[in-house]
Amino acid sequence: MLENVKDEIQGVLKKYPDKKSAVMDMLRIAQREASGHLTKEAMDEIAGLLGMPPVEVHAAAAFYTMCRINMPAGKHRVWVCRNLPCSLMGAEHIIKYLEKKLGIKTGETTHDLKFTLDTAECLGSCGTAPMMQVDDDYFENLTESKIDEILAAKGRES
Amino acid sequence: MDKVLLKKLGDPEAHKIDNYVKAGGYKALGMALKMPPDNIIQAVKDSGLRGRGGAGFSTGLKWSFIPKDPTIKKFLCCNADEGEPGTFKDRGIIDWDPHLLIEGMIIASYAIGAAKSYIYIRGEFALGAARLDAAIKEAYAKGYLGPNVMGTGFNHDMFVHRGFGAYICGEETALLESIEGFRAQPRKKPPFPALAGLYSKPTVINNVETLSCIPAIIERGAKWFSSIGPEKSPGPKIFCVSGHVKKPGLYELPMGTTLREIIFNHAGGMLTEKPLKAVIPGGVSAPMLTEKDLDTSMDFDSLAAKGTMLGSGAVVVMDSSACMVKTAYIINRFFSHESCGKCTPCRDGTPWLTNILMRLEHGEGKQGDVELLEGLCANIFGRTFCPLGDGAVMALRGALKNFRNEFEYHAKTGRCLG
Repeated sequence: MLENVKDEIQGVLKKYPDKKSAVMDMLRIAQREASGHLTKEAMDEIAGLLGMPPVEVHAAAAFYTMCRINMPAGKHRVWVCRNLPCSLMGAEHIIKYLEKKLGIKTGETTHDLKFTLDTAECLGSCGTAPMMQVDDDYFENLTESKIDEILAAKGRES
Repeated sequence: MDKVLLKKLGDPEAHKIDNYVKAGGYKALGMALKMPPDNIIQAVKDSGLRGRGGAGFSTGLKWSFIPKDPTIKKFLCCNADEGEPGTFKDRGIIDWDPHLLIEGMIIASYAIGAAKSYIYIRGEFALGAARLDAAIKEAYAKGYLGPNVMGTGFNHDMFVHRGFGAYICGEETALLESIEGFRAQPRKKPPFPALAGLYSKPTVINNVETLSCIPAIIERGAKWFSSIGPEKSPGPKIFCVSGHVKKPGLYELPMGTTLREIIFNHAGGMLTEKPLKAVIPGGVSAPMLTEKDLDTSMDFDSLAAKGTMLGSGAVVVMDSSACMVKTAYIINRFFSHESCGKCTPCRDGTPWLTNILMRLEHGEGKQGDVELLEGLCANIFGRTFCPLGDGAVMALRGALKNFRNEFEYHAKTGRCLG
């Protein structure tokens, strides 16, 4: 599976004196390449490439919250920040609005497989609360109409 | 005070190397490379700079612990795993002025004799990681990184290491474990990282804001730096203001500015006519203060004297609409979510606290819950492997100390007070 991204992997391996250090980058690449989640096969492949016992790769993956194990995600991942600064500025309302708008509960994926909705514990954007992350991008000072626009734009992406 | 750390905030072109150099960037590096490394360490000591990650340890002293033997490999790690709720200052530097951090890191690496450095940036900061990768590439192309930096014979390589979602990686030994490819669980100290850190080699771990102060200290001198703010914790400081204020955001001010000035002069005052009820001065681990404490000077020692801490400088302002049981629940939920699982008091204690706070918040509390919370706090505090468990307890004790009546009212009636 990681055949297609050989060059990228070579770049990652060059950063460290010990191959094992590349495990987080490898998990991130593998997840990106496979519908936003990590399969046992992908983790075993990483273990082989890095010369690590598979259990150590699984253990690392299970530790980090951005790893998604054996659970394909929608095309777009949405994380709504819900820690204190965002909560003070209405994060709970934003979560409810997104659940209603997408017709799913937090943690679920829409039937058309376009969106997976999750919450996050502080994304470091507290001065522009409430906010959410969609894939790699931050969307700040959220309002209902802003959310409508963001979801419409993301939904149109093929 | 002219800005040192946030002078590029909001300038969409400032992150490019040509603009950085045009504005005087990398001049300090040229000056530093002409100095003996020990003189740099002495200058940083003399400046009085204390670690901006929250611990407030003398940066120059930390550097001086690194063995001088040139045959031993050394590392510098920049802690950019910004995750303490309320904190968004490092992102303000990384996204807008990445070369300031990189220049500070090259100077620090030269001072301690490190040929390699890593920037550990939290996984969610995709823009920041891209900015740093691009800036490092530019610095290589211009000869500020790589072999023979600026023709001086000093060699240095710098890499970005992206996290993947774990607050505990902000704890310096957990950060090292994470770079080495393990689960990020803190290590036993001693040995301290200065003797056995990354790959068991002497390592300095400094916060983004700390390292970003270095170029100005070299260029303008230790005296200039130490003349800003209080004698014992001098320098510029970024305050991250969030919550119920009119103008939340980042404010770079002299260390020691009072909470009242930060909230009312800089952040525009309270969001509505509702009065201030509580304010967290240094990220959610820091015990909250109230109206009567607003004239406290925001520096390491003054806040410690008030039983709280400067932490990351994250000021979270709450007006009278904020329920303190809910606040405590949200804060504790964070710590139980982020507990790494290594030690029992934290791994089992923080979820237990969260469950009690959740039932109190949801109107299902029981008589005796407040006492149970206090008992649990006593069994967690001081008994955990790293400061995460202590942070959870300090936050909760701060809420209980100031607003115990709200917790008792929730337990008795299932509702918010007032």
